[in-house]
Amino acid sequence: MEKFSQHTGVGVPLRRSNVDTDQIIPAVYLKRVTRTGFEDALFAAWRGDPEFVLNQPAYATGSVLVAGPDFGTGSSREHAVWALKDYGFKVVISARFADIFRGNSGKQGLLAATCAPEDIELIWKILETTPGTAVTVDLESRTVTCDDVVVAFQIDDYTRWRLMEGLDDIGLTLNHADEITAFEATRAAWRPRTLPAKHLASVEIEAARPVR
Amino acid sequence: MGGTLAEKVWDAHIVRRGSDGAPDLLYIDLHLVHEVTSPQAFEGLRLAGRPVRRPDLTIATEDHNTPTLDIDRPIADLTSRTQIQTLRNNAVEFGIRLHSLGDADQGIVHVVGPQLGLTMPGLTVVCGDSHTSTHGAFGALAFGIGTSEVEHVLATQTLPLSPFKTMAITIDGALRPGTTAKDIILAVIAKIGTGGGQGYVLEYRGEAIRALSMEARMTICNMSIEAGARAGMIAPDATTAEYLKGRPHAPEGVDWDEALAYWSTLKSDDDAVFDAEVVLDAGDLEPFVTWGTNPGQGLPLSANVPIPAEIADPGDRATAERAIEYMALTPGTPLRDIAVDTVFIGSCTNGRIEDLRAVAAVIEGKHKADTLRVLVVPGSARVRLQAEAEGLDQIFLDFGAEWRNAGCSMCLGMNPDQLAPGERSASTSNRNFEGRQGKGGRTHLVSPLVAAATAIRGTLSSLADLPSPAGAHARTPVTNL
Ligand code: SF4
Repeated sequence: MEKFSQHTGVGVPLRRSNVDTDQIIPAVYLKRVTRTGFEDALFAAWRGDPEFVLNQPAYATGSVLVAGPDFGTGSSREHAVWALKDYGFKVVISARFADIFRGNSGKQGLLAATCAPEDIELIWKILETTPGTAVTVDLESRTVTCDDVVVAFQIDDYTRWRLMEGLDDIGLTLNHADEITAFEATRAAWRPRTLPAKHLASVEIEAARPVR
Repeated sequence: MGGTLAEKVWDAHIVRRGSDGAPDLLYIDLHLVHEVTSPQAFEGLRLAGRPVRRPDLTIATEDHNTPTLDIDRPIADLTSRTQIQTLRNNAVEFGIRLHSLGDADQGIVHVVGPQLGLTMPGLTVVCGDSHTSTHGAFGALAFGIGTSEVEHVLATQTLPLSPFKTMAITIDGALRPGTTAKDIILAVIAKIGTGGGQGYVLEYRGEAIRALSMEARMTICNMSIEAGARAGMIAPDATTAEYLKGRPHAPEGVDWDEALAYWSTLKSDDDAVFDAEVVLDAGDLEPFVTWGTNPGQGLPLSANVPIPAEIADPGDRATAERAIEYMALTPGTPLRDIAVDTVFIGSCTNGRIEDLRAVAAVIEGKHKADTLRVLVVPGSARVRLQAEAEGLDQIFLDFGAEWRNAGCSMCLGMNPDQLAPGERSASTSNRNFEGRQGKGGRTHLVSPLVAAATAIRGTLSSLADLPSPAGAHARTPVTNL
């Protein structure tokens, strides 16, 4: 993961609340088995509308998405984060994020910055009045700067540290492999194992009958 | 001070306690895998040269992409076929148990885990799927994770996690006839909102919850995520133990006794403190349906489509306006007058055997309305076989419904079962997001009983709208659902 300390880029005002992950990337795009190449899928249903903010030339190079509250609700699909990243977004700002989305962002180096709703309103006004305005997001000082407005954002200390150091979670955890092994030794016998597999009596499966 | 159920399960899984704001490292007892959120995780392992640490705590099924027709033929959609083939290859390469299409234990991952007896009280259960909250019905701490976390669990059998807050949701009283667990959870979500549970583990408790069957409890915990919570839990009791006893992976002999003794400690202590509390009375509930495009936009069936002009908060008003426009509804219309084109009965919310029995009891001897199609999709192949053994399939077919093979199906329309643009459904699934069931499709979330009544009348209906007294000809009593 790349280290993240500060980013400056065109801000995109997305005046919608409850942007769920089905809107960020519809399920039909989830059939791919790669981790990249999802830029075409981002907000696929909305991008058909010429009025949609990403279709306006001034925001075409946007990399800081400023969205309404409850961003990223619904499905756990990390594809939502990949699609935002592949499109070119580095930061999403919202008054509130769904937990899983926020977690996924942190793992992927997309900064999910939580700002107060009134601050987001201020930024929206600037971005809408002067489309193409750049927004600077500074992880060190936890501030968002847009024109003459400087506001604070929140992010938990641990995610901030990981983003700033560009650290991979699995590597960090594997440093504690001995502790995991010690914990496993205490696991009670009643706790289930999937192997060897146990089944009910096996049955011959025939396809169900549809109404024709 | 005592602990809550969630805290007890959490504490029992700490491998390493985090300090200075670092998360705790939690051990994971059971990892469920499906084809959509796993390919990139396995690819990550391969690139890093890492094995799966505990294949014996991991199990995979094919569910999201699988067709529900012609399952004996190659999957027609090429990308779906590739994704499923990728899971099959990964299962072989990494030594993971997989239940493929055509296997009796294939089905929706959240139906398969419990039916095999793998889901049990006191476990930590994760899956790259937000409805993993379903398994909390057993008193497990179960939550959905993203693909990076799937890779993390595959590699380490642990997850770094920061503690959740806890919310007690007490449902007093008793459900009235015609209302179900689905109505409870839709009412809870409408009350606390789609963001109300964010950061919390919800614990459902109270008289009405205790009276529910295991499957009905799963319906409730399943939709915790729709209230923004990652997990929902219900303390285990005799109902839980009875459901588990004799299942393939349930403990036996001394292990069973030891498990029972431990499970009896899994409840919130009387003096435990929750960070938030919500109370509802089940006796006040009517059948609930959604009118909008998020699961919090629900109302009792006797209500009307909201009139945005009457909504004070400008944000809420705009959201309602947008939802009503997408749903092509007229403000003020009685919900009962809304005609649907499709009734979908299935999903990890309401695709288990009790759901199918309840629907069959309502529709037996009747025929569906001519104006709609009815899709009945069992949650797993095992559920399907059970239904067929009970003759339910014949009741569905006589009713004019389509009887399909197991999978997620029209819950999210990754397979061919989709709504056409502009089509409207009454669906027993859990999400009514724009386009969720197919591009341009419109979804009303309902209980199995409302789905059945709607299929008979053609418009959103409850049992009370049916001519004969509800369930008078029922072959199976509709209880506890
Ligand atoms: S049935 Fe629907 S909600 Fe459940 S796992 Fe499948 S797609 Fe997800």
